[in-house]
Amino acid sequence: MFTQGTRVKVQDRQISGHCRTPQYLKGKIGEVIEDTGRWRNPELLAYHKPGLPMARLFRVRFRQIDIWGADYPNPIDTLDADLYEHWLEDAEHAVAEGA
Amino acid sequence: MNPSHPDDSHPAGAHHDLGGALLGAIDRCEHPRTLYEMRVDAMLMRLTHPSCGAFKVDAMRRAIENYSRLEYEGLPYYDRWIKAVRQLLVEQGILSDSQINERIERIRAARNQQGN
Amino acid sequence: MSMHDPSAPHDHDHHDHDHGDHDHADSHAPIEDHDTVTEFHLLEQALRELLIEAGVLSAAEIQQQIELQEAKTPALGAKIVARAWSDDGFRARLLADPKATITDMGIDVSYTPALTVLENGAGVHHVVVCTLCSCYPRMILGIPPAWYKSREYRARVVREPRTVLEEFGVSLPDTTEIRVVDSTADLRYLVIPERPAGTESLNEEALAELISRDAMIGTGLAKRPNAGPSTQ
Repeated sequence: MFTQGTRVKVQDRQISGHCRTPQYLKGKIGEVIEDTGRWRNPELLAYHKPGLPMARLFRVRFRQIDIWGADYPNPIDTLDADLYEHWLEDAEHAVAEGA
Repeated sequence: MNPSHPDDSHPAGAHHDLGGALLGAIDRCEHPRTLYEMRVDAMLMRLTHPSCGAFKVDAMRRAIENYSRLEYEGLPYYDRWIKAVRQLLVEQGILSDSQINERIERIRAARNQQGN
Repeated sequence: MSMHDPSAPHDHDHHDHDHGDHDHADSHAPIEDHDTVTEFHLLEQALRELLIEAGVLSAAEIQQQIELQEAKTPALGAKIVARAWSDDGFRARLLADPKATITDMGIDVSYTPALTVLENGAGVHHVVVCTLCSCYPRMILGIPPAWYKSREYRARVVREPRTVLEEFGVSLPDTTEIRVVDSTADLRYLVIPERPAGTESLNEEALAELISRDAMIGTGLAKRPNAGPSTQ
């Protein structure tokens, strides 16, 4: 359970099945903006399973320079994505990638 | 822990997972929907509606994600979806492949007779 | 309605279709379907017939769904945005509970799992994408344009949004934060574009004319009001 403002890191792992965590965000560090509640897990719904237990979904905001590196031309730009709790880990003390 | 399916043939970060890929110009040409496109869309919307519940939209996405790169990149958008609808109807035992194939041939024959 | 949106569906007269009669349905198909019948057209027809025969779907239901979706155009979104611009109370309610507020306007968004409204302005410009497929607020804006679903848009807008926006004719200063929103889950996003200057005296109907589909995705800006009378 991550509170608003917590720094989180997207887990850098692979699964063979349906996945709604995009590759370009794996391993990146962002900030939790909002807890959007619990939803049936799409990784299970995709295989005709009920999608339980429900998974908590967080809107996470990333600095574009933390995703694409210092070459990204505008340090002010950001990107939001909706990511499931089981793809996030606490990164309060981690160093941001690309910083 | 993650369920898999004999269908899952692609490695992670596969051809649908496009964020950041170095691709070219965005074609902004638009056309009004054809009747075919409207029908495909209506069918999948009704089949995934809670009142019908044949399968979830997530299952269709999974089916499309498992297409070969050639199919994923080559097939037009609505063709990808109708192919997925077919696959999932068979997966769910609602229709059978032979039933579907038979009906396609019957329709083709009828069209040929009409000179279409 | 005067949306200069080439992708806005035009009126198809579906009312005399009888989908219970297969030949009859085919005879109403547009010319292109006759000219270029593909394996996928045959597949669609086969599945439709079999599903109707099996009682899984009905012809009427399919027809109703087509009409329901065709009735969804960006004009609905423009109406919502125009009201949000005009009425602070409405805007506050819209931001707090988008689905309920939009439903109260008489717009059916029941099929949308969840909706979030994003305000452009105050130095932030949102632009929406679904990198993984084509998720889009179709119950408010209608069917997404082909470019939104394209590999190129999905790949590039997350990585080089400023360049992509320039290609769409949108130039923003370096001091504006461009925030790309990737619809990776069941939340659908509607952008409220920044209200242009010089629109203070316009009523909601006139304001709605300034709001394009692209402005509600974030790949466009609201139009400035014309000096002269509307030509529409």
